[in-house]
Amino acid sequence: MRITVDSDRCVGAGQCVLSAPDVFDQDEDGLVVVLDPRPAPGEHDVVQQAGDLCPAHAITVNED
Amino acid sequence: MTGTEPKTVPFPLRVPGEPFPPPRYEEYRRREGLVPTQLPNGNRVWLVTRHTEVRAVLTSKKISANPDREGFPHISDTMGVPRQEQIPGWFVGLDSPEHDRFRKALIPEFTVRRVRAMRPAIERTVDELIDTMLAAGNSADLVADFALPVPSLVISTLLGIPPVDRDFFESRTRTLVSIRTSTEQQRDTAAKELLRYINRLVGIKAQWPGDDLITRLLATGSISVQEMTGVLMLLLIAGHETTANNIALGVVTLLLNPQWVGDQRAVEETLRFHSVADLVSLRVAVEDVEIGGHLIRAGEGVIPLAAAANHDESAFACPHAFDPARTERHHVAFGYGVHQCLGQNLVRTEMEIVYRRLFERIPTLELAVPVEELPLKYDGVLYGLHELPVRW
Repeated sequence: MRITVDSDRCVGAGQCVLSAPDVFDQDEDGLVVVLDPRPAPGEHDVVQQAGDLCPAHAITVNED
Repeated sequence: MTGTEPKTVPFPLRVPGEPFPPPRYEEYRRREGLVPTQLPNGNRVWLVTRHTEVRAVLTSKKISANPDREGFPHISDTMGVPRQEQIPGWFVGLDSPEHDRFRKALIPEFTVRRVRAMRPAIERTVDELIDTMLAAGNSADLVADFALPVPSLVISTLLGIPPVDRDFFESRTRTLVSIRTSTEQQRDTAAKELLRYINRLVGIKAQWPGDDLITRLLATGSISVQEMTGVLMLLLIAGHETTANNIALGVVTLLLNPQWVGDQRAVEETLRFHSVADLVSLRVAVEDVEIGGHLIRAGEGVIPLAAAANHDESAFACPHAFDPARTERHHVAFGYGVHQCLGQNLVRTEMEIVYRRLFERIPTLELAVPVEELPLKYDGVLYGLHELPVRW
């Protein structure tokens, strides 16, 4: 799994941080930061959820 | 695309005695395409009820949130607050890119980390309100004495309102949303007093900076002093009654389902289950756009119904059951798209603290009237309770 984010689209809802706190964070501006662009299989479900919950479609999750 | 003219349904007002969300939402979801309805003013608009299509509407670039646009579905007055054309900074009614300048300036105030740092102050506020209720006897109206003051005091702290002004702020904000116990003139006066107060406060913060949202927002330089009033009034309106309704309805639901008391997951499920902001995300198409195989023409109003989407059986298993253990979290109680509630993490935190502290400190809490006699809000924009008589 590979995660890419578009912080221009990010609206800072924070849903990704709530879903997968070990994979996503918010920077000083409150915008999305990826802590782990290639998360371990144990994180895949919550990362998919984070991608789906993002109200601005700022998160793209690609399966390898 | 449907060829025949679909049947127009009555505007979805809440009806006394009818459960919410109303059973007819289920029927609307089963219909092909969208559901035409008529606004109280006679204009025809589209209701959107399925989860996928509600999300599609709220993320479409061809659909606008700007109430100044021709065809926008105005459904109610603005509780005494001037419309946005008279109050700059009311950015919930702006589209991208104009909207984004305001949102971006505010995002840092509501991050998960920032809200976590507010927890001790929120807990103090909640505990003080519980102290006051306990000291006053063994019964209370949990709406007036608790559910409304909690978010008002939290917002006061956030904005840096001096403690000496908090009673003023709390009483005026309460008048503004108490449509049963206040007259239109009282609400109008309260709104004017609040606007004047906020205006003055911005002036004071500009001169004497503090450690608060107003000071930080002014320091960004991206929002003018004139726009600040609209921004702050919006934060107040958006964060006050919505939160109070979730607090009150959540407490009732927990009293009826005591097995979930103490379970943090009750917060998310309360948001979905009650969907207090069903009729809030109003939109108008700016170009012809297809939603769920149905053509919406430019200039037609669109009303995505959050409660209908949140009870869509294709998105949530057994949607009519209150089940905090469910794994689906994709409800649209906070909306979706760029306007999704900015304060959602603050609301979640307030609800979590409130449910926990209330039941920890008042374990014998119970309803003081039969549940079917609770005065539900059928007359405002938001769903909730006018009063919540409790005892212990």
